[in-house]
Amino acid sequence: MSITLDNIELSHGSFTLSADFKIEEGHKIALLGPSGGGKSTLLSAIAGFKAPDQGRILYNETDITNTPPAERPIALLFQDHNLFPHLSVEKNIALGLHPNLRLSDAEHEIVQDALRRVGLNNQGKKIPAELSGGQQQRVALARCLLRDRPVLCLDEPFAALGPALKHEMLDLVAEIVDGSNATLLMVTHQPEDAAYITDQTVLIADGQAHPPKDTAELLANPPIALARYLGT
Amino acid sequence: MAHSTQPIRPIHFLLGGSAFALLLLLTLGTVGALWWRAEITSSLSPADWSAIRFTILQALASAVISILIAIPTARALARRNFRGRKFILTLMGAPFILPAIVAVLGILAVWGRSGYISDLIASFGLGPLNIYGFGGVVLAHVFFNIPLATRLLVQGWSAIPVEHFRLSAQLGMNTNDIVRHLERPMLRAVVPGAFLLIFLLCISSFAVALALGGGPKATTIELAIYQAIRFDFNLAKASQLAMIQFTLCAAIGAVTILIAQPMHFSKGLDRKSERWDGRETRYRVIDTLVLTLVCLFLFLPLASVLIRGFIPLFTLPITVWVAAFNSVTVAVLSAILSVCMSIAMSAFMIRIARKRKTVSQVMEVVGFLTLAASPFVIGTGLFVMTFPFVSPFAIALPITALVNAAMSLPFSLRVILPAMTRAEDNYGRLADSLGMRTWSRFRLAIWPRLKRPVGFSAGLAAALSMGDLGVITLFAPPDVATLPLMMYRMMSTYQLGAAAGVALLLVTLSVALFWIFDQGGRLEHNVR
Repeated sequence: MSITLDNIELSHGSFTLSADFKIEEGHKIALLGPSGGGKSTLLSAIAGFKAPDQGRILYNETDITNTPPAERPIALLFQDHNLFPHLSVEKNIALGLHPNLRLSDAEHEIVQDALRRVGLNNQGKKIPAELSGGQQQRVALARCLLRDRPVLCLDEPFAALGPALKHEMLDLVAEIVDGSNATLLMVTHQPEDAAYITDQTVLIADGQAHPPKDTAELLANPPIALARYLGT
Repeated sequence: MAHSTQPIRPIHFLLGGSAFALLLLLTLGTVGALWWRAEITSSLSPADWSAIRFTILQALASAVISILIAIPTARALARRNFRGRKFILTLMGAPFILPAIVAVLGILAVWGRSGYISDLIASFGLGPLNIYGFGGVVLAHVFFNIPLATRLLVQGWSAIPVEHFRLSAQLGMNTNDIVRHLERPMLRAVVPGAFLLIFLLCISSFAVALALGGGPKATTIELAIYQAIRFDFNLAKASQLAMIQFTLCAAIGAVTILIAQPMHFSKGLDRKSERWDGRETRYRVIDTLVLTLVCLFLFLPLASVLIRGFIPLFTLPITVWVAAFNSVTVAVLSAILSVCMSIAMSAFMIRIARKRKTVSQVMEVVGFLTLAASPFVIGTGLFVMTFPFVSPFAIALPITALVNAAMSLPFSLRVILPAMTRAEDNYGRLADSLGMRTWSRFRLAIWPRLKRPVGFSAGLAAALSMGDLGVITLFAPPDVATLPLMMYRMMSTYQLGAAAGVALLLVTLSVALFWIFDQGGRLEHNVR
């Protein structure tokens, strides 16, 4: 599998971002750069929430530029509002199987299994408000598990968590991604997070999304745009 | 963030489009029907001119007096902190859903020929008060609009950041300095809008003019329309007056929108800020006096109606209960219709706004058109449209429900549109990314976020409809009535005791309906 950003240009108000590169299968890729640099905008375009002004987005050889979000090969975690506050944990997860919530018995079992895998056994009847922030994002991850898409996109969903909890979540993400052989795209403005989990990094700065580079190498020898952001 | 890839589905066009079509038919369509009728008519008679003059003069006087009384009242509420302050503020919201005819009955009990004030001055050898005519109409409008004006102004006061008052205290400003530097600029921003809103409401108010006005010297345009149809069956005359009324309201509405200042309505009324000014004895005396007088003026009439109504409530004839059934049915239907139209229109507008911002803004103005149209204009238009096919008297209640729904639409739209926009902003992307489609998307993702505002606006619409004495007077045959019409008929035959009983029943049912809808919207919606 691969995702090709074929000469795309995105605008958001007076701000524009261009990207022209290919994302290969099996990598964990960080989208790194300053706030307001267009990281989330790029992810929105890949996930199908924002149409590019020009250029095409390809999945393998198929043009998915105008495909609705749910029909793309992508599961997405937002910064917040990943769960419906009025639905129980179970139902929130079950939405990953059937968006109308009509589940068979076997499918209920699948939901329970997903809950166990993210370490939330017996919490299925609770509503999101009864869980901690980290547990809520676990629920959202459990739903991504069920959706079983080849690409998992994270739009800084752990930004509000403390360092220890964040590492715990990143470990869980790595486990899920490795287990299903998926590709990870993760927006972050923390170089430590990129170094912790990803092998490649897309630097997004000055209206340009650069092709993915090896994360460790990039952080060791940062180009000027990145050095300015890192303050080194 | 805009999700530009989300499509407008046929269902949005179908439902949202029909709601807009219905609204346009009711407002512009009825006006068009009237225009077509009015072409065959002669010019305005002196009586028409005097109705126009009276309408404008009484609205002007009512708005000026309401604002003049509301300024010291709001000021006292803003700078004093006392037990019962919150209670007074809550009660100030009540007249919005208080049936006009109930207020009129209460005002008669205090200010009428045999009211408390007349009794009081009789012992000084002064004649009884005459409440009918210009003075009575203005008095009733002032009674209605002091609470509204006060609430608007209190919001203005609470929009002044508490830091400003702290800084003024630090700089040693006295009460007059604060008036000059903080309060007067705020009033300059808030008063014109409040003034025009009250002016508009008084122009199109009907029940008050019907009960306390009348005669050649005290007839409003609305009342003249009613009389032209009901007594002279002169549709051309009614059409012509309806057009003048619509133009007048639309012009005021346009000016209101033009001069509208951005106000921070998001702040709660009860986030009491600390004040360091106005602590001298004379200001304390003034504030206490103002609040006491205003509260007496507002609550004495209401209390007297409700207390007097208690005994007659148990001896009401069966016809009253039939009327109560009619009122509740009409209110529930119009509430449901109003809310459904608001939801359909909001969903449609939100989707159009993503592609064409200006189109959705025009649609929003259409949603508020019924503020400019008066129910009588709509009623007369429907009359003109339907009477070749079906006797209007046969469909009096359905038409009342329809018109009432249209009249409460601006209010429910004002509540539901922002709530739905918020639900879409927060959860629309999630729903889309999970592939939730039309019905399950609405049922599972949007509706639970919408229930509370929908319950509230349905309650408001139901209460407004319960108390409405407008179109029904035009269409109702003698054997059909709603509770307000029943009250009016009793009052015009001087059965004031029975009318008070009906008033108590009406107020109880209005409050109950509002409460049931509002609570219904608050029911827990956790699907476990």
